[in-house]
Amino acid sequence: MSALVLPGAAVDPRELDGGEASLTGFLRSLPGVDRVGLEARTARLATRSLKHDTKRALIDVAISTMDLTTLEGADTPSRVRSLCARALRPDPADASVPHVAAVCVYPDLVATAVDALAGSGVLVAAVATAFPSGRASLAVKLADTGDAIDAGADEIDMVIDRGAFLSGHYGRVLEEIRAVKEVCGDVHLKVILETGELSTYDNVRRASWLALIAGADVIKTSTGKVSPAATHPVALVMLEAVRDFHLITGEPRGVKVAGGIRTTKDALRHLVLVNETLGADWLTPQRYRIGASGLLTDLLMQRQKLTTGVYGSADRITLD
Amino acid sequence: MSRYPIELGAPAWDYAPAPESRAVARLDVGMQGRLHIGGEWVDAADGATFATHSPATEEHLADVALAGAVDVDRAVAAARAALPAWSALPGAERAKHLFRLARMLQERAREFAVLETLDNGKPIRETRDFDVPTAAAHLFHHAGWADKLDWAGLGASPRPVGVVGAIIPWNFPLLMLAWKVAPALASGSTIVLKPAETTPLTALRFAELCQQADLPPGVVNVITGAGATGAALVRHPGIDKVAFTGSTAVGKDIQRALAGTGRRLTLELGGKAANIVFADAAIDQAIEGIVDGIFFNQGHVCCAGSRLLVEEPVHDLVVERLKRRLATLRLGDPLDKNTDVGAINSAAQLGRITALADAGEAEGAERWSPDCALPERGHWFPPTIFTGVSQSSRIAQEEIFGPVLSVLTFRTPEEAVTKANNTPYGLSAGIWTEKGSRILWLADRLRAGVVWANTFNRFDPSSPFGGMKDSGFGREGGRQGLLAYLEAASNDATGAGGGIDG
Amino acid sequence: MAERIPVLRTAKLFIGGAFPRSESGRTFEVVAPDGTFLANAALASRKDVRDAVVAARSAQPGWAGATAFNRGQVLHRIAELVEGRRGQFIDELRAHGADEHAAAHEVDATVDRLIWYAGWTDKFAQVAGSVNPVAGPFFNVSVPEPIGVVAIIAPQASALLGLVSVVAPALVAGNTVVVVASQQRPLPAVSLTEVLATSDVPGGVVNVLTGQVAELAPTLAGHLDVDGLDLTGLTGLPGASDAGTDVDATALEAAAAEGVTRVLAAPSVEPDFLRTPRGIERIMTWCDIKTVWHPKGT
Repeated sequence: MSALVLPGAAVDPRELDGGEASLTGFLRSLPGVDRVGLEARTARLATRSLKHDTKRALIDVAISTMDLTTLEGADTPSRVRSLCARALRPDPADASVPHVAAVCVYPDLVATAVDALAGSGVLVAAVATAFPSGRASLAVKLADTGDAIDAGADEIDMVIDRGAFLSGHYGRVLEEIRAVKEVCGDVHLKVILETGELSTYDNVRRASWLALIAGADVIKTSTGKVSPAATHPVALVMLEAVRDFHLITGEPRGVKVAGGIRTTKDALRHLVLVNETLGADWLTPQRYRIGASGLLTDLLMQRQKLTTGVYGSADRITLD
Repeated sequence: MSRYPIELGAPAWDYAPAPESRAVARLDVGMQGRLHIGGEWVDAADGATFATHSPATEEHLADVALAGAVDVDRAVAAARAALPAWSALPGAERAKHLFRLARMLQERAREFAVLETLDNGKPIRETRDFDVPTAAAHLFHHAGWADKLDWAGLGASPRPVGVVGAIIPWNFPLLMLAWKVAPALASGSTIVLKPAETTPLTALRFAELCQQADLPPGVVNVITGAGATGAALVRHPGIDKVAFTGSTAVGKDIQRALAGTGRRLTLELGGKAANIVFADAAIDQAIEGIVDGIFFNQGHVCCAGSRLLVEEPVHDLVVERLKRRLATLRLGDPLDKNTDVGAINSAAQLGRITALADAGEAEGAERWSPDCALPERGHWFPPTIFTGVSQSSRIAQEEIFGPVLSVLTFRTPEEAVTKANNTPYGLSAGIWTEKGSRILWLADRLRAGVVWANTFNRFDPSSPFGGMKDSGFGREGGRQGLLAYLEAASNDATGAGGGIDG
Repeated sequence: MAERIPVLRTAKLFIGGAFPRSESGRTFEVVAPDGTFLANAALASRKDVRDAVVAARSAQPGWAGATAFNRGQVLHRIAELVEGRRGQFIDELRAHGADEHAAAHEVDATVDRLIWYAGWTDKFAQVAGSVNPVAGPFFNVSVPEPIGVVAIIAPQASALLGLVSVVAPALVAGNTVVVVASQQRPLPAVSLTEVLATSDVPGGVVNVLTGQVAELAPTLAGHLDVDGLDLTGLTGLPGASDAGTDVDATALEAAAAEGVTRVLAAPSVEPDFLRTPRGIERIMTWCDIKTVWHPKGT
C-alpha cells in the first residue's frame, strides 16, 4: 500500500521503525518505474519551448537556486574565496543578477567560505561523510559532518552507502542517514543517492524514499564524480518521490540535481521538470537546488544575450 | 527550513507564447486547390469548390476543388493508364521513387507539419514530432519492399493488386495518406486518394511533392471532395481494391457496396479501447500512458484508450493523479510549440462530442475537466474525465472520438478481460502491470488487433496495425500489411480468393 | 431363414457435439443422381442455425485456448477415423455418383488433407507472424489469431474432400465452424459428424447442418455473432432451391457487412480440391493479426 494510497489514508512512512523487514517491505511495495515510459516523458518535456520573459526569469531561478561548487583535490583557500566572490556577484557588470543559493566545498574549506560570505545570504554547504565514496566507518562520517558544522556550514551534503543499498541492507543506510541527521540538528541535510551507481530507476525511487523517510531535507542526485549523474529521468523520479512524500505526509522536501549540468538549456529543462511535476512553488532555494560550477558562465552568457540581443563570449564572463 | 535567509518567492511560471511560423506553410503560394489527376492540376469538371477552414480560428484557409463523378472517372482512368508502366518498372526503380518521396518529405517536414496543424487543428508538437516523421518513415520502410516482394509471403513474383481507391480520415491526414500510398506504390499498384473533406491540404501538397520528385503521372492521384466523392470512388468499377480508414458506419456501407464485386477491401474503422490498469502498475508511467492514450490528438484517434479500466484498490489514486496531470495540459493555439491539446477538427465533431458528454452526465456519471480557458473562436473541448461510469453507459460503449475518458473499475483479471471485450469494436487495448505473465495472459485474451502493454499509442511502419470485429479487417504496416496490395502470381483456387487479406 | 433387414441410419444434424433432429421436425429426401432414394436427411431451419452458432461461439474460446499441438493431434485423430471408415465414405461418394476409383481417390485425399492441416497448427503462426524491428526500445510481435466463428457453405460437388478442405483450415487456428453440407450430396457430411463425435473434437467446434442453402445462408450471413463467411459452396448450387428462392451471393455479402464479417466470396468454378493447397492462405483468411507492444527497459 503506502505510496499507492491517497494522502490521508496512508500509513505514515516516517513511522517505519520496525526494523529492516518493514522498511524493505515498504520500499519494495513502491510502484515500479518503467524506463521507456519515463524516458519518453522527459524527452517530451525537453521539447517545451522557453522564450523571452520565461527564459529570462528561469535563468535567474537557475542562478538563485545554484550551489556553486568546487570539489577538487587541488582546491585552496584562495580558489574558494574567488568562488565566493562570484557567488555573491555572479555578473560584476550587472547588479540585477541574483546571487547564488550556496557555495559547496569540502569541510576543511568551510571556514574560508563562511568568512567570505558572512552576512551575505549566500549559504555554505559542505560535502561530508567521506565524500564521494562514503567508504569509511560511521564514526568517521559523523566526525566529518561534525567538523563541517563546527566550521560554520549551513548545509551538509552527505553520501549514502551505495554498497549497503545495493546489497539490500536498507536499514543500515537508513540508520546512517538518521545518525548524520542527528549530528546536523537544524543544519540542512542533503542526501546524495549517487544515482549513477544505482543502475535502475526502481532503485532511484527506493533510495529517494529511504532518504526521505530517514529525514533528508533534500535528496540529491549525484556527487559529480560518477557518470551518469543528473539525468532528466533520474531527476523526474526523485521529483515524483518528493511529490508523493508531500502528498502523504504534508511535508515539503527538496531536490538537488548535481553533476554534468553545464548548459542553460539543460538547466532550464530541469526546471521544466520541476514545474510540471511539483509546480512552480518548488522553484525556490528552499526546495530546489542545482549543483554546478561551469553552468554559471553559460547562464550569464544567455542572460546577456537576452538583455543585449548580442551573442557573448565566455572570455567576457569572469571565471571566479 | 526557517534557517534560510533567502526568501525568494516562487516564480509565476508561464510559458511565453512560442508559435511556429505559419509562413512556412505557404498557404498563399503553391496551394493549387485543384485536383491532381494524371500528373496535372485540374479543376472539377463542373467547377465546384469547397472551402477548408482552420478549426482553431475558423479562418478560411483555402478553396479546393470538389470532385464529382466525372472527376472520379478521370482519376481512375489516369491511375489505370499509369498502371502497366508503373508495375512493369523494376522494383528497384520503384523503390528509388519511394525513397525519394520519403527524403523529400523529410526535407519539407516543417512545411507539412505547419500545414497539417493549420488544417487539422492538432498541436504542432504532434505534427512535427509524430505525424510527419512517421509518414516519412512509412514511405521509407515500404520503399525497401518494392524490390523484395518475393519475400512478402505470396511466393515468387506476386502481382500488384492494381488500381487502389483510398479514402482517408481527417485525424491523421498525411500519415493515413502515407499508410495507403506507400504499400500501394511499393507493390506496383497505382492509387486514387481522397483526403477528408475538412483536411485536404497536406494531400494536395503531397501531390505537389510527387511532381517535384518526378513520380510518373497518374501513379498518385489526389481528388478532394466530400462523402459523395468517396462514395463514387469506392463504387467505381475501375477500382481493384478499396482501402478505407474511417468510421464503422461508413465502413459497413463500403463493404455493402462492394458485395458481389470481387474487389478487395481493407477497413480500418472505429474503436473503443480499454486501457487496463492494475494496482501494481508503474503508476507514473501508467498515468502518462492514459493521458497519451486519450488526449493525444484531442482523442481523435480510432485506437484511443477511451475506456479506462482500473483495478478497484487504485481507482481513487489513479483518478486523483490523472486530474493532477490533466491540470498541467496546455490547451490552445495549435501552432504554439508548448500546446498539448489543440482544436477539435470541426463544428460537427464538436457537436458529437458535446452530445455524448452530455449524455454521460445525464446517465449519472461524474464529469470533471481541469480549469482551462477555451479560446473564443474555433472549436474546442476541454480534456474531460467521467468517473462512476457503468459498462452500459453510452460513453462506455460508443466511440466519442474526442478528449473524453470514461473510468470504470474491475476486481479481477477475468473481469477486466470480460469488460474490455464487451464491445463490438476490437482495435486496440492497453495493459498496465509490472507482472509479466499477467501481461501475456491478457494479451492472449483481449480481442484487439493491437495490444499495448505498459505503453500506448505507439506506431511503426514495420508493425502491423488494424482491427478485429467491427473495427475492420486487414492490416497496415509490416509484411502483413503489404499483403493487402498484392496478389499471388497464380491464384490456385484451393487457396484464398476473394476479398479478404490475411 | 428370412433375410436380415439392415438397420438404417437416421441422418441427423450435428450441433454442440450432439445429434439433434431439426427443431423444425422437417426432413428432405436425399437421392442418387439417378433418382434412387438414399436417405431422409434433417432439413435444418433458421433456429437450427441459431443453435449451431451458439454452440460454436461457446466452444470457441476453449478450442482456441487449446495448445496448437493439441489441435494438431485432434485433426490427426479425425484423419485416423476417416481412414477407418474408408469403405463407408467410398460407398457414400459412390451413392452420390462417383465411380469407385474416384471415390477411393477422394477419401484418400481427404485423409491426406486432414493430415496436411494437422501439421500446420503449430507452424502457421511462425510463418504468418513476425517480430517487428520497430524504431524504438520495444518488443513488438505480431501473431495470427482466430477470428472466432466461421460459417461455411461447403462445396457442392466435392462432398467430402471439399468439405474437409474448407473446414479444416478454419479449425487450424482455433476457429469454430458452422457448416452447411453439400445440398444434394450430404451423406459424407453426415458420416463425418459421426467421425467428429468420436475423435476428440470438443462439442461445438464443428457444427454440421444439412438442408437448403437458400434458407440457411441468409441467416448465417446476417448473424452478428458470425465472424467469417465462406461462400465457396454457392458455386455449383442448383439454381432454384426447394424453398423457392434463389441464392443471391451479392445479398449474402451485403448482409455480412452489418457485422463487418470477413467474407470469402464464391469462386467462379468450384476449386479442384484434389490439388494440395498452395499455402496457408485459407488458414489466414480466418485469422486476424494481433500485434503486441512492450517496452524493453530495466
